[in-house]
Amino acid sequence: MAGARCARRHGGPCVSLDVASVKKDFPILERDMAGHRLVFLDSAASSQKPRAVLDAMDHYYETTHANVHRGVYSIAEEATQAYEAVRSKVARFIGAPSSRGVVFTKNATEAINLVAHSYGRSCLGEGKAVLLTEMEHHANLVPWLMLREERGVELRFLPIDDHGRLVLADLDRTLDGVGLVSLTAMSNVLGTLNPVADIAAAAHAAGAVVLVDAAQSVPHAVTDVVALGCDFLAFSAHKMCGPTGIGVLWGREDLLEAMPAFLGGGEMIRDVRLDGWTPNEIPWKFEAGTPPIAEAVGLGAAVDYLTDLGMDVVRDHEVALTAHALTTLAGRHGDDLRIFGPPDPHDRGGVLSFTYRDIHPHDLSQVLDSAGVCIRAGHHCARPLMRRLGVPATSRASFYVYNDEADVDALSDGLLAAADLFSI
Amino acid sequence: MAGLEDLYREIILDHYRSPRNRGDLPTPPAHRVEGFNPLCGDEVILYVDIDDSGRVTDIKVDGQGCSISQSSASMMTAAVKGRTEVETRELIRAFKAMMSIHERGLDGDVNGDGGPVAPDPSVDMGELEALRGVVKFPVRIKCATLSWNTLVQAFDEAGPDRTRD
Repeated sequence: MAGARCARRHGGPCVSLDVASVKKDFPILERDMAGHRLVFLDSAASSQKPRAVLDAMDHYYETTHANVHRGVYSIAEEATQAYEAVRSKVARFIGAPSSRGVVFTKNATEAINLVAHSYGRSCLGEGKAVLLTEMEHHANLVPWLMLREERGVELRFLPIDDHGRLVLADLDRTLDGVGLVSLTAMSNVLGTLNPVADIAAAAHAAGAVVLVDAAQSVPHAVTDVVALGCDFLAFSAHKMCGPTGIGVLWGREDLLEAMPAFLGGGEMIRDVRLDGWTPNEIPWKFEAGTPPIAEAVGLGAAVDYLTDLGMDVVRDHEVALTAHALTTLAGRHGDDLRIFGPPDPHDRGGVLSFTYRDIHPHDLSQVLDSAGVCIRAGHHCARPLMRRLGVPATSRASFYVYNDEADVDALSDGLLAAADLFSI
Repeated sequence: MAGLEDLYREIILDHYRSPRNRGDLPTPPAHRVEGFNPLCGDEVILYVDIDDSGRVTDIKVDGQGCSISQSSASMMTAAVKGRTEVETRELIRAFKAMMSIHERGLDGDVNGDGGPVAPDPSVDMGELEALRGVVKFPVRIKCATLSWNTLVQAFDEAGPDRTRD
């Protein structure tokens, strides 16, 4: 990737992303969609993969693959090194003090389940409360609903205002009796960026630990777990240019040390006898069975790719593109278009949920698909939030490093085509 | 890649824009049943008057959703009004076969693995033929079948003790 970094920045350090050049890194964007180019506006669900990631995984399988932490032979040692090197790389990427707190999971959902299961069942129970928010993804709701059913833990929810921002006026009072706060850093529906550091400080003052669902934020902005002040952070590789099948739980080492194991099996043990077992050290204590090795290699390549672009540059690009989209879509479609979430692009990520006239999101998505434009339609795994917004479903366009103003125009044109088809 | 015109046929758009038998009926005597597609939030509420012989004497539809779920519901009400339970169940079976859902999949909505199924010549599908193109858009099959599954529920709730036909 040497040199590519400069090619993507116009003259001098860190100005803007050269999206035309970035697009060339993603083979899928060359696909023909019945005469249209592929306009991918669903990266909040899963991002596309650059060639560097695909090549890294192929190369690993073609030259290195063996199981990790087992063989004594060369390729097994190389595979182990490759796998563990990604742990260190991920730690640096999120500002973690060491790689010992980086646990590889299947995805962000499993990472949250790990905390709910292990920390939840050992440290939370009747008389303790878990504080969530009204804007959480099902991944950060259902594990806690399960814990409530099993252990009688009380669930509380921070409300949102009509612009999709958390209402924090009562935060200190709400935190009384709370053992754990779990919230999204960025809403997958509204794009809202939450003041995680402030909430974490208040939570710690009240004696609670803080888990951050960072599935939507890690791919799009600089992440620093120390600055955030959180105790756990969960995210997935597949939303940040990496492969499916691998996610990350970062946790404070003292907490991870004290927590019981999650899944049982090989790798997570130090010793097994017929009458018992001894757990491995962290982070391996939480990694039962053969891990997703090639996927870890892919995640490492994705971290390199994003680091090369510069996460600050990625964020600036998305703020600019979101600002452009908010302005031009509102200008062209007026009251026909209702966009949810904070109006200021600096308060949100590149996620636009909207309704357009009275056209159902499914129909809108279908019409856009016929022009090669991929958007998400539905409840976005956030049914409680949909109820709060008073809509059964929304359409959602989400941006990433390979999107530009022409993609926003394609979306905008598609809306008018849908209006033509469905107008009464 | 199938084109939009395969899906959004003029008859379908007509039923979407001007839904037939929209509204509700007093319960009882009408049976009120709800169908819901958790994937997209589509909702169909049926009010069905079934007389002692099992004949659908009146049917109304309420709810909200996409053009396919709502037009399919509208076309279904027009098609089943006045039919006996046996005739209606036959039509439901034929419609689901057209959607490539075979009898074994009626409960679990298991999709068939083939393309469009040849129509059952004994059942006249009438306007419903317009929905055949939905098969080319597998994600939308659940939209098209929502009201039909809900109607099955209405008959099941109406009770097996009633004389059929």
